[in-house]
Amino acid sequence: MVGELEFEKPLIELRKKISELKEFTKTADVDLSAEIEKLEARLEKLENETYANLTPWDRVQIARHPNRPTTLDYIQRLFTNFLECHGDRLFGEDEAIVGGIAKYDGLPVTVIGHQRGKDTKENIRRNFGMPHPEGYRKALRLMKQAEKFGRPIICFIDTKGAYPGKAAEERGQSEAIARNLFEMAGLKVPIVCIVIGEGGSGGALALGVGNHIHMLENSTYSVISPEGAAAILWKDASLARRAAETMKITAPDLKALGVIDEIIPEVRGGAHRDVDEQAKAIDQVLKQSLKELLTLDGHALVEQRYEKFKQIGKFTFSRDYLGVK
Amino acid sequence: MLKELFTKKKKYASIPSEQMKQDVPEGIMTKCPKCKKIMYTKELVKNLRVCISCHYHHPMPSHERITSLLDEGSFREYDAEMISENPLQFPDYLEKLEADRRKSNLNEAVVTGEGTLNGYSLVIAVMDSAFRMGSMGSVVGEKITRAVEKARELGVPFLIFTASGGARMQEGVLSLMQMAKTSAALKQFSEEGGLIISVMTHPTTGGVSASFASLGDYNFAEPGALIGFAGRRVIEQTVREELPEDFQTAEFLLKHGQLDAVIHRHELKETLTNVLDIHQARGDGGWWEN
Repeated sequence: MVGELEFEKPLIELRKKISELKEFTKTADVDLSAEIEKLEARLEKLENETYANLTPWDRVQIARHPNRPTTLDYIQRLFTNFLECHGDRLFGEDEAIVGGIAKYDGLPVTVIGHQRGKDTKENIRRNFGMPHPEGYRKALRLMKQAEKFGRPIICFIDTKGAYPGKAAEERGQSEAIARNLFEMAGLKVPIVCIVIGEGGSGGALALGVGNHIHMLENSTYSVISPEGAAAILWKDASLARRAAETMKITAPDLKALGVIDEIIPEVRGGAHRDVDEQAKAIDQVLKQSLKELLTLDGHALVEQRYEKFKQIGKFTFSRDYLGVK
Repeated sequence: MLKELFTKKKKYASIPSEQMKQDVPEGIMTKCPKCKKIMYTKELVKNLRVCISCHYHHPMPSHERITSLLDEGSFREYDAEMISENPLQFPDYLEKLEADRRKSNLNEAVVTGEGTLNGYSLVIAVMDSAFRMGSMGSVVGEKITRAVEKARELGVPFLIFTASGGARMQEGVLSLMQMAKTSAALKQFSEEGGLIISVMTHPTTGGVSASFASLGDYNFAEPGALIGFAGRRVIEQTVREELPEDFQTAEFLLKHGQLDAVIHRHELKETLTNVLDIHQARGDGGWWEN
């Protein structure tokens, strides 16, 4: 199978052995069915164990899988009448973010998401899903339009981060991200955000100020990539595995920290194993979210969103006064 | 007299003895990192920490910033006792916080409170790079959010001085979310007509530049301040192209339309007073009749 991951190696070997035995029984006149059955039972058990005990680093590998479904894969399966809308009207078109209007079960919506490429050529066109300021400004334009027409907004988050480049800095990467956080906080329509792959730092958050935030089971959401964290903290990018564990970046971690609402279960082995099934799991959670949020008016939606973010953070008080003297 | 002319000059430099070194208190002199001039620290502080020879703006401790701007005795601090926890059980984090607390005499990387500036009431937040490089964790996010809410409640302007390396790694995604939290608070304040003034000082980068620092109705910066989203080294590695000398400086941002003005520290109080004055005089008193 294409794109097997490191932690899946024992499974692959076992599968290979089984198929070898099966091949052998076809040609030789020996009955090995009992042995095969035993091995298959062992495989089943091993698969269950492996996928039920994924380490943070295993999940990072799944989230980065080259065949992991992208925003457009889900748009295609969850919505009808999708019309992609291009450009920020200020500078240009950034294909690292896609967005447009569509219908969700008959309901008009605006849908936006980071977009990685499926191959090298597309990845170059889409800048590996790492947006420039114009991408964020396009997203904001579409969100403001959604608000004007009272459409809910659905955001798919899937980026390593905002692009760190010269042109991006010149055109105000910081301002573009900050502006999105600021404006999203005030939008009077429901916003549902779903992290489908990697949620990398401010570049991910710029599409992430929602009423509800959900994560696919094997997606990640973090302040910095594990490699970046390892480089800064221990001056060694090869300690990424350790950083992935320390930084608490998986869906269960974020749920425990009170940052996200729902963990959307993944197809066993990861979303790339069955995109249609995965889309169905997303559909269920999304439907529930929208049902709930559509009962709130514009003002209540803004309040709910503000309260949601306001409670994130951990602090305490010290009796020693160390303030300005 | 004549003899002195012919005496050989010493060919070696004399190194002060350990005893002599100890006699000079530490920190009495400061060397300017830009022009290398050595000056008395007291003289530098008196000059608002602007180099007397090349005008390089040295980092300014938060309490000096507040004293230099607010009317004497008007400052009342908020949430001075708020301190960080260790939500991720990050190794050595609490020890590092404790060390910085002792070193900087600050509880966290931002000081917030209210006061008056030339008579104008306002809420002020001043970040301090002496504490964890001014990085933003839960406490910084919470203190700023509370300060903005206070400004909203009092109906006064919100003035913020930023100095930060970005989000604080040791609090992970909670630090990231402070960007959204502070921005959302500013949005609510702004919707009600609240005035936001941001002054970016050296350095203002990462998650702080990509949230409240960039959200002023007026975005100012001090000369030479480093301001940007991604670090220079990261960009150089990614794009493999030479970056201009002034890349990500306040002047560079001004040139690219990202700032309203770059303001010398000596002119800051006057500029801020002017902005506050213009926003006070709303013209709803029927000025045309006078």
